[in-house]
Amino acid sequence: MQANHTCAVRPSRHSTSTHSTSATGYNMLTDHEKELIAKIWDKMIPVASDIGAECLLRMMTTFPGTKTYFAHLDIRPRSPHLRSHGKKIVLAIAECSKDISSMMVTLAPLQTLHAYKLRIDPCNFKLLCHCILVTLAAHMGDEFDPVAHAAMDKYLSAFAAVLAEKYR
Amino acid sequence: MVQWTDFERKTIQSIFEKMDYDDVGPAALSRCLVVYPWTQRYFGNFGNLYNAAAIQGNPMVAAHGKTVLRGLDRAVKNMDDIKATYAELSVLHSEKLRVDPDNFRLLADCLTIVVAARMGADFTADVQGAFQKFLAVVVSSLGRQYH
Repeated sequence: MQANHTCAVRPSRHSTSTHSTSATGYNMLTDHEKELIAKIWDKMIPVASDIGAECLLRMMTTFPGTKTYFAHLDIRPRSPHLRSHGKKIVLAIAECSKDISSMMVTLAPLQTLHAYKLRIDPCNFKLLCHCILVTLAAHMGDEFDPVAHAAMDKYLSAFAAVLAEKYR
Repeated sequence: MVQWTDFERKTIQSIFEKMDYDDVGPAALSRCLVVYPWTQRYFGNFGNLYNAAAIQGNPMVAAHGKTVLRGLDRAVKNMDDIKATYAELSVLHSEKLRVDPDNFRLLADCLTIVVAARMGADFTADVQGAFQKFLAVVVSSLGRQYH
């Protein structure tokens, strides 16, 4: 299964950065980018239900095919299901951002869950990642500048790729 | 032919009416070049694209960003026949510029994020849905004449 193309190898543009290698072989994030990512997600933890619900709602509105995975939940805009499910997702992403190099270990249980129980087609991870970026932009405005956007896109792509690793 | 609801038409018109093309165009293109650096392959003669700061300060990038947004305006004004509106531009991008059509989607995603950052809470899920549907039609039309 191909990893998301946004994780493709490219030469670094940061002359004084250090790259940390993770077990996945992804060393695309500089230390500065990792700090930036951790800081952003840290701010989302107290509002995880709101943010998570918004990401899911954006995804299901823009990409209606994704609704097929939620037949068992009430996915109307202010539903408690949407908030609690959204909260789970945001907290998992936030937790992982505190130690990105250990992503493979931290995500092992979620890998198993997605591969054997949920079996969400991994093309949908990209769609949710995009809606997470849109949510962050809507909340952060100019602060979500191109550098933050690039770092976050790389992180979320790596997260999605790791999540799909046990599929086959 | 694409069917647009009243909400979708009103939303698209409203977003573009309120938009500063000279701000959003450069912001979207420079963001695309930063977030997806391989897109720089089409801008070899644009000078310094070495890092994010250089890209965001590059006057040729800014000028081209404005050109792209003004091109998008044609679709806004012809929502019922975007395919025909872009037939020539599609040929241009395919045969002369040789742009991989996947790049249209990347730029569209960056434009969505720039608009979200400008509109904040007003960029609701429904507004996003309409905006992305519009951009999907644009992207598809630009890729239509490739063969």
